[in-house]
Amino acid sequence: MSRVEGDRSVCAGSGNCVRIAPDLFDQDDDEGLVVVLQPEPPPERDRAARQAENNCPTGAIKVTD
Amino acid sequence: MNDMPRFPFRPQDRDPLIPPRFPFPDGIGQVELPTGQVAWLVTRHEDVRQVLRSADFSSNLTKPGFPAIRPIPPSEVSPLPGMFIRMDGADHAHFRRMLTPEFMIRHVRLLEPLIRDTVVGALDAMRASGAPADLIKWFALPVPSMVICHLLGVPYTDHGFFQERSRTMLAWATPIEAARAARDDLLGYLAKLVAAKQREGGEDLVSRLAAERVATGEMTADELIGMSMLLLVAGHETTSNMIGLSTLMLLQHPEEVRRLADKPEAIEDAVEELLRFLTIVRTGLPRVATADTEVGGQVIKAGEGVIAWLAGANHDETVFTDPDALDLSRGSHSHVAFGFGVHQCIGQPLARAELRIALEELLTRLPNLALAIDPAEVEFRDAVIFGAQRLPVTW
Repeated sequence: MSRVEGDRSVCAGSGNCVRIAPDLFDQDDDEGLVVVLQPEPPPERDRAARQAENNCPTGAIKVTD
Repeated sequence: MNDMPRFPFRPQDRDPLIPPRFPFPDGIGQVELPTGQVAWLVTRHEDVRQVLRSADFSSNLTKPGFPAIRPIPPSEVSPLPGMFIRMDGADHAHFRRMLTPEFMIRHVRLLEPLIRDTVVGALDAMRASGAPADLIKWFALPVPSMVICHLLGVPYTDHGFFQERSRTMLAWATPIEAARAARDDLLGYLAKLVAAKQREGGEDLVSRLAAERVATGEMTADELIGMSMLLLVAGHETTSNMIGLSTLMLLQHPEEVRRLADKPEAIEDAVEELLRFLTIVRTGLPRVATADTEVGGQVIKAGEGVIAWLAGANHDETVFTDPDALDLSRGSHSHVAFGFGVHQCIGQPLARAELRIALEELLTRLPNLALAIDPAEVEFRDAVIFGAQRLPVTW
């Protein structure tokens, strides 16, 4: 099972992750920065998590095995 | 020096909707800019993403060596307060974070009914004016202008004033003095607007920033004025050009449109592909290296200018198969039409929603939409942001 982390200190709030995987990521109302909804997503969402990681413009998302 | 390619590229002998070919087999090489400055042009997807994500490349145009894409001497350059697209690190984050929640997907979704009403209203007005009509004037320009006016609290009745000055600022042919005059006109207008919002308050974004950020000392009124100009110009120019060019593109690909009509939920992928294909910020994004860094096998030294050429990255055949072909179903998620790195377009959820709703309504309400002139006669804008000058259509 993979593990998903979002680093709010480097997040710029562009929202790519929320667009790609709205079930895994959100942005908070105050700062608009990344909130990980499912730190351990089910295997069928692994690909979406990695796509969000790859497309994050600031490298704020890390997916580890 | 004489055979060094000049940048920005002039139109080539090919379909102007397709970005020009780049001249470097290795994906990176030196170009001469209008100021005579030499900069590295980075064209590969991977390299463009590296430059835009790296802290070793600065967006601060006052740093020595910063590449000027327009013929404006560095001594003439004075960044405006609040213009955070030209700031780095903590300075940039300070301003950007005041805006991130405003433009995030969840909030833009709440604006969708307003966007749809605006789109339908503009289409109705265009139909009432009678065919042929200029789609840019009646549809592509008013829709994003009305939406950003609503968000910022700028009276839409002033649209002629700010649209004309934005166009002047962004056109290549504008002499420096005229560009500066247009900018000063806009700043003067927004200074009055900000002062009024400070006095009267309101629910719009500029009023809230005045009350929550200026009154609290987190930003100055001048910074709010600069930020408002950035949002007003970026908020209507880019999306309006995308709506116009996307329409032109779709009219030339009826088979793709038919496929879209059979599968309306595919509109989101279609929007991504149009963003990728057209890449309207054709001049790319300028940066200056602040440390020696290797990009695409080339060492770029501190102080050298770099242009991250978004159009090259979006037509990189190692990432997008047959990149110069429009394929609305390809699912172009990794395009960089909105840039990359901490400066990636903050308004992208709004731009996407406007583009999607505009195309949805246009295709369903005007199924017989057609260009009223020969496609070869469409004039394109010679400006920082690529677009069609006019688009006469019938329906």
